[in-house]
Amino acid sequence: MPHKPPTAEELERRKIVGINEETITDVSSTDYPGHYPGEDHSWDIEAFRRGFRIEFHKNDPFEASFSLIGIDASIANAFRRIMIADIPTLAIETVFINNNTSVIQDEVLSHRLGLIPFKGGHKGLHKFLKWWRRPSDESQVNNSYYDYNTVSLRLEVKCEHNEKAAPGETDPTKLYKHAHVYARDIEFCPVGRQSKYFSGDDAIAPVNPDILIAKLRPGQEISLSMHMHKGVGSDHAKFSPVATASYRLMPVIKIERPILGADAEKFARCFPRGVIALEKVTKKEAAQKGSGYEGHEGEFKAVVADPMRDTVSRECLRHEEFRGKVKLGRRRDHFIYLVESTGQWESDAIFLEAVAHLKKRAQDLEKQVINMVR
Amino acid sequence: MPRAKAKKEEPVEAGSDVDMEEAPTSHQPENTDDMSVDQDDNDEEEGFEEDEEDEEDDVQRVRLLPGSTPTAASFEFLNEGHTLGNALRYIIMKNPDVEFCAYAIPHPSEAKMNVRIQTFEGTTAIQALQKGLQDLQELCDIVTDKFIDARERYAATTSS
Repeated sequence: MPHKPPTAEELERRKIVGINEETITDVSSTDYPGHYPGEDHSWDIEAFRRGFRIEFHKNDPFEASFSLIGIDASIANAFRRIMIADIPTLAIETVFINNNTSVIQDEVLSHRLGLIPFKGGHKGLHKFLKWWRRPSDESQVNNSYYDYNTVSLRLEVKCEHNEKAAPGETDPTKLYKHAHVYARDIEFCPVGRQSKYFSGDDAIAPVNPDILIAKLRPGQEISLSMHMHKGVGSDHAKFSPVATASYRLMPVIKIERPILGADAEKFARCFPRGVIALEKVTKKEAAQKGSGYEGHEGEFKAVVADPMRDTVSRECLRHEEFRGKVKLGRRRDHFIYLVESTGQWESDAIFLEAVAHLKKRAQDLEKQVINMVR
Repeated sequence: MPRAKAKKEEPVEAGSDVDMEEAPTSHQPENTDDMSVDQDDNDEEEGFEEDEEDEEDDVQRVRLLPGSTPTAASFEFLNEGHTLGNALRYIIMKNPDVEFCAYAIPHPSEAKMNVRIQTFEGTTAIQALQKGLQDLQELCDIVTDKFIDARERYAATTSS
């Protein structure tokens, strides 16, 4: 039997993950050589270039959203995982406490300090700063800190009575000086070439100056210095450049038979606002035999307006009146990413960095494989 | 109840049947050359990842596992996980000369990832692995180009 190439309809069907009331179907991708007899699904870089596209939905420094269309889940997931765990950032790693008479314990205070996201000049952060490695000889630790691998910070706060406070004042922030310790109280101490890369707007500083670190009362004091190092999210979440980096698959809603009148309004309420729109049945549609619109001219019908806003709650599948009229699914090769940066990188730059990182990893391993054969 | 049965049999097996050949490959004894690789690996874990340019690590991170033939081989990758494992598996499976490809992480507390490749006649598992790594790099280039294009297009539409 000669093989017929798949129709466009068939190719479209293969891309959909079916979502039923209680079950899901067609979960795995099938675009491998040998899966469909007579069809070639081998890797073709030009075919990939033609079929792959990216669309932006939002591009702010702290939040970017974009779609990768025409790529496999294994690659999309690699990008997501790299963004979370493998893109380096600078964070507080060591805290040297000189004096801490506040009620918050040294280790808890240190942990809070570590989690504060910092920003700084991009060139300095990404190009100038290198990894710090703990020397194998423990006695050499103090000789391992350089301007290119360690950033020094200080926090010196002392709480005192405020003599100028009005009598009867009860607000601690007015009654005392430095009752609250904020991230903005952390002082950057540049060393060596750091003043060249991190000065003015490029200085190392907390992304959000209003993060509350501790509360003090008169007589209490926090005096400490800190070392920041570059690290990755797989070591500690504080090094992750993103608050979240996630993707979801594009929802597909297919209305197979007309949903009209009051049913259409109820149908629209089964979805988040904006997903389903109501349109009037036109004269032409009503005249068409077998369309299901006969004699319904002027009535409202449900149409899919914006499936991307859907949460795929399956609510519409619970109602008897929609049975057999609607099919839900998700597009297997359409990934809607949401990347929220913590501030050290631009959100879109994190993704680009992740792609570059994957390339570098593959490149390094290729060298390793060649080396292994030799 | 296959589970209960397996539990019953366990004590009998424990003493007599722990055959090294049946143990997962990652538990098999390594030769002395590989031991040195392991030690270097530990050093690596104490610090962070490899440096970008200045310090090129000479540690061999890929190894051919024993029992491999030219067309059917298992590879062991040190310090790799699902991120690269699954991406590599996909791109190698896209090779029409590859009969079978799969990856596994034998134990979560060992930073090791194994890839199994079986090819048809005419190519070798090592060639398939190399092609996979090259294809992955080409793919990354296209994603970068298209991402920058899309970002520029988006910036043009929002600013005007």
